[in-house]
Amino acid sequence: MKAPLSWLKDYVDIDCTAEQLKDKLFSCGFEVEDMVYVAKHIDKIVTCKILSIEKHPNADKLSVTQVDAGQYGKLQIITAATNIFVGAIVPVALDGATLANGERIFNGQLRGLPSCGMFCSGEELGITDDWYEGASVHGILIFKEEYELGVSVKEILELEDVMFDINVTANRPDCQSILGLAREVAGVLDKKLKMPDLSYAISNDLSTVKTVKVSDNAFDLCPRYMAHYVKDVKIEPSPLWLKRRLASMGIRSINNVVDITNFVLLEIGQPMHAFDLSTLNGSEIIIRRANQGEKIITLDEKEFELNSENLVICDAQKPVALAGVMGGLNSGINDSTQNIVFESAKFARDNIRKTSKQLGQRTDASSRYEKGVDYYSVEVGLKRALNLIDKLNCGTIACDNYDLTCEEIKEKEIITTISKVNAVLGINVPAETIKDILTRLSFGVEINGDNLKVIVPLYREDMDSYPDIAEEIIREYGYDHIEPSLLKTSAITNGGLNDEQNKTEQLKNLMVGYGFNEMINYSFVSEKEYDLFGFDKNSDRHKFIKLLNPLGEDLAVMRTSLLPSAVRAVCYNINRKNNEGRLFELAKVYNPKSLPLTELPVENEFLSFVVFGENEDFFTAKGVIEGILDNFCNGADVEFIRSDKKFLHPKRSADIIVNGKNIGFVGQIHPSIIEKLDVDKAIYGAEIDYSALKLSFNDKIMFKPISKYPTIERDLAVVVDKDVECGKIIKTIKDLGGEYLDSVSLFDIYQGEQVGAGKKSMAFNLVFVSYDKTLNVEEIDAVIDGILHGLTTEVGAELR
Amino acid sequence: MQEKFDQLKQMAKDELLSVFSTKNLFELKTKYVGKNGEITALLRGMKDVPASERANFGKMVNDLKVEVSEMFNQKEIELKEKELAEKFESESVDVTLPGKINKNGSLHPLNLVKNKILDAFCGMGFEVFEGPEIDTDYYCFQALNIPKDHPARDMQDTFYITDNVLLRPHTSPGQVRTMEKKAPPIKILSPGRVYRADDDASHSPMFHQIEGLVVDKGVSLCDLKGLLDEFVRIMFDEDTKTRFRPSYFPFTEPSVEVDVTCCKCHGKGCSLCKGTGWIEILGAGVVNKKVLEMSGIDSNVYSGLAFGMGIERITMIKYGISDIRTLFENNVKFLKQFNRR
Repeated sequence: MKAPLSWLKDYVDIDCTAEQLKDKLFSCGFEVEDMVYVAKHIDKIVTCKILSIEKHPNADKLSVTQVDAGQYGKLQIITAATNIFVGAIVPVALDGATLANGERIFNGQLRGLPSCGMFCSGEELGITDDWYEGASVHGILIFKEEYELGVSVKEILELEDVMFDINVTANRPDCQSILGLAREVAGVLDKKLKMPDLSYAISNDLSTVKTVKVSDNAFDLCPRYMAHYVKDVKIEPSPLWLKRRLASMGIRSINNVVDITNFVLLEIGQPMHAFDLSTLNGSEIIIRRANQGEKIITLDEKEFELNSENLVICDAQKPVALAGVMGGLNSGINDSTQNIVFESAKFARDNIRKTSKQLGQRTDASSRYEKGVDYYSVEVGLKRALNLIDKLNCGTIACDNYDLTCEEIKEKEIITTISKVNAVLGINVPAETIKDILTRLSFGVEINGDNLKVIVPLYREDMDSYPDIAEEIIREYGYDHIEPSLLKTSAITNGGLNDEQNKTEQLKNLMVGYGFNEMINYSFVSEKEYDLFGFDKNSDRHKFIKLLNPLGEDLAVMRTSLLPSAVRAVCYNINRKNNEGRLFELAKVYNPKSLPLTELPVENEFLSFVVFGENEDFFTAKGVIEGILDNFCNGADVEFIRSDKKFLHPKRSADIIVNGKNIGFVGQIHPSIIEKLDVDKAIYGAEIDYSALKLSFNDKIMFKPISKYPTIERDLAVVVDKDVECGKIIKTIKDLGGEYLDSVSLFDIYQGEQVGAGKKSMAFNLVFVSYDKTLNVEEIDAVIDGILHGLTTEVGAELR
Repeated sequence: MQEKFDQLKQMAKDELLSVFSTKNLFELKTKYVGKNGEITALLRGMKDVPASERANFGKMVNDLKVEVSEMFNQKEIELKEKELAEKFESESVDVTLPGKINKNGSLHPLNLVKNKILDAFCGMGFEVFEGPEIDTDYYCFQALNIPKDHPARDMQDTFYITDNVLLRPHTSPGQVRTMEKKAPPIKILSPGRVYRADDDASHSPMFHQIEGLVVDKGVSLCDLKGLLDEFVRIMFDEDTKTRFRPSYFPFTEPSVEVDVTCCKCHGKGCSLCKGTGWIEILGAGVVNKKVLEMSGIDSNVYSGLAFGMGIERITMIKYGISDIRTLFENNVKFLKQFNRR
């Protein structure tokens, strides 16, 4: 909310500097976001009188003038202006002057003749006709009065002011006005608020409006409606003071009546509307919900089709205004208007917001109504408008008025205790101080022992209960009175992460230990990602949730897989010549239980990682999975089986089966996908359903004794067909290894001439041990024979 | 006889001169003092020595053997030293070459900061609860005292999925869900992703918050100040101070914005704090009693404190990051910088 210091001073004797006021407002909850010294740049621009004008000897379009600039002496000014004349008093920027926009002016030569400054236009002084008549003309500003010469124009034009831009929080719509802010200023400076003059003389005339009525089903949207009839209106330009007030807030003057409504909106915060009574059919005003499909053309000549959620003001036949948003084209005032009806109303803020949003029609009035208008300002606003009609002597005010409400309007009382208020704060603010603060803020206060009764002014609709009072007290008393304490009265609680949360952190740290950098990707992706990756139409990955109002196509659907964003991140890095890396993300995917959503979706945590670079391959990726399982799923039954996922390399990918459950995959991302992303490097990735993996978590450790007896090791090298899987061989060895086989591990694999085409040699190390005797060699030899025999029959192995 | 002994000794001495390795020395040793060595052989000739001279002869041979062995041993020490030095020389490494290790990676800076925040409060008895990111209008707004018509809804540009289901614009629904499930005393933190329709250098459509909530008997604004003072000391440094100033949130009353003394200039005023010496880091307040009541907590018995902070903001301040988008590009060169513990 913008507020000029000069205007605030109309209501409060402000005896501190603007800077001090800014600090005071900040301390009580009204942060001054911007403070502009109006006309601060303007310097060394003074009045002068033109004594003579001659044509410039060397230029057709320039004139040479001699001026009297009072204390600055007689000066020669060269100008291109054509609207000047001998005897005119005009503003002149002297040597070293600064214009409103900060531009500097210096003495100079123009076509061979010296010029000691420059005449100024209204624009160069930052003003228009609304500030000083004639300021908008094309040319030099010619003063209307015989001002003293050599006097600063800042002074005579009253340009200097301080413009505050104050952040008003959503709970304080009453401060969306100059008067509202002045009330806060008065409170914080402990000054008396000087109310604007609300008095006006009434005539003996009665209103000629026949009916003013709010329909029964519209009171919820219009809890208070006031109307007042003014006849014999003289539509004229506004007086200078009014124009200047509006101009300071950036509002153009139209005519006296329109200016009054705009002024009241700024000063009181009450949107006002004026109907031309002659346009109201049957002289009726009916406030009702619009009929389905009913149409209205607003003042700006836009047509809208309405429904029953829109509130309209109607005459006997048709809508004449879109309530709280804009008047109708058919009922607005014009230069020939004679009799008007002022409307001052409280409309439900949510309804105005909805209507304004639905129709895309936002006005000063609707923005004000959306924030909330109170019962009080409806009345004060109307009175102020009538006061101004009276003051400007531009109409005859009827002696009766209309005031329609659905409930009795009375001030709220909050009954509580001083100790309750202090308990919220945790300090003891003395009763006297509480009384003083609340009184300063215009609350009625009654204190009786510990009992506290607070009468809330009508405009403080935010006040409800003792915490609200506590807030009023502390923002004025000062937050520096709050003494830190550490939950003195509270029970001790056992804080920290729970087991599951700890595990997740450990997993992340394990990934970090494996050389991964943690990524964070957006939770939403483009729908096109699903086509690119070719997720199976029937799988959970393809059932995704769409946003109704995404920021763009690329951020439109919620992720069901972390892989696409991970692959994108790799491409981003490769394109920036980061040629190797390991990235992981542990985040949620969002799976709807049904589409469209009828209940909240399932949010499952997934772990995804990608590796890329010279040293990475399928096995470096798989190793990470094995490492995770080894760390977290002690003793789990783990199997890697060839995957048929379309987005993976068909021969370098596996599904991960843990305790019989498919929990994810690992493999090379399908090269054709990577190619579409304009990258030609291999990327390996994995994704694990972390929620499913958690089910196999096992961190039980039971000590297993170490055998006292010596181990026997045997190396076995077998030649098999190239396609025989290592897993199958190991399984056969384990099956046939007998009770003493302790471990089997592959230590070499060879393909080449020596083993023949289509064959490979694999070498395994077998360790045998017993816990209760020394093994004898013959016993083990027999086991090895059995294994070899088994391998021959099971996988066609030959001993090498 | 003496002559022969001297001769032998001289021979050994001479031969020793051309020995340059322990291997050759060993051969020489064998030749003279080994089982079948020449000096040992002398002893075998003892039987031919007249009995009267035998004792003397034996002593002389023994003396010779000791003398020669001593010579060899001396040489052996020399040679071993020399050979070890050679071995070391051949094994020499350039100690300035890089060590070999699989380098560890890093947690995302946002999570480093999140963990630090959690640690600070967990030490003060807070537990961690993560609510859903996709939530209902009720939990995100209504239960937080933001009814449908409330102008505070303008403060959030919310992403909707249906009229009633949305991406949470703050972690505050975590408060409500906790209070519904748990009886006081409550001390929880609710971290997580939140979403608002905003995208520029200082706003991301997805970002992270941490919500804190305390509900117990007799908690007040002074406790809030105490908790947050403690927190900023842990988060920033020992000298960091907080400042409360009045603000407005529908779910707290009174509400405050909390500023901390600028961590860069320590309150003197700099570009980071725009010359004010203070940086706004979080919003907080006493839980609105309507919010307690809606969640089934008796506001006559219990009171609550709540605070909420943006992790991005603190991260950016802490690490000097100026564009929020840097946090979500996942550039390895960026992420790698956070591998310090």
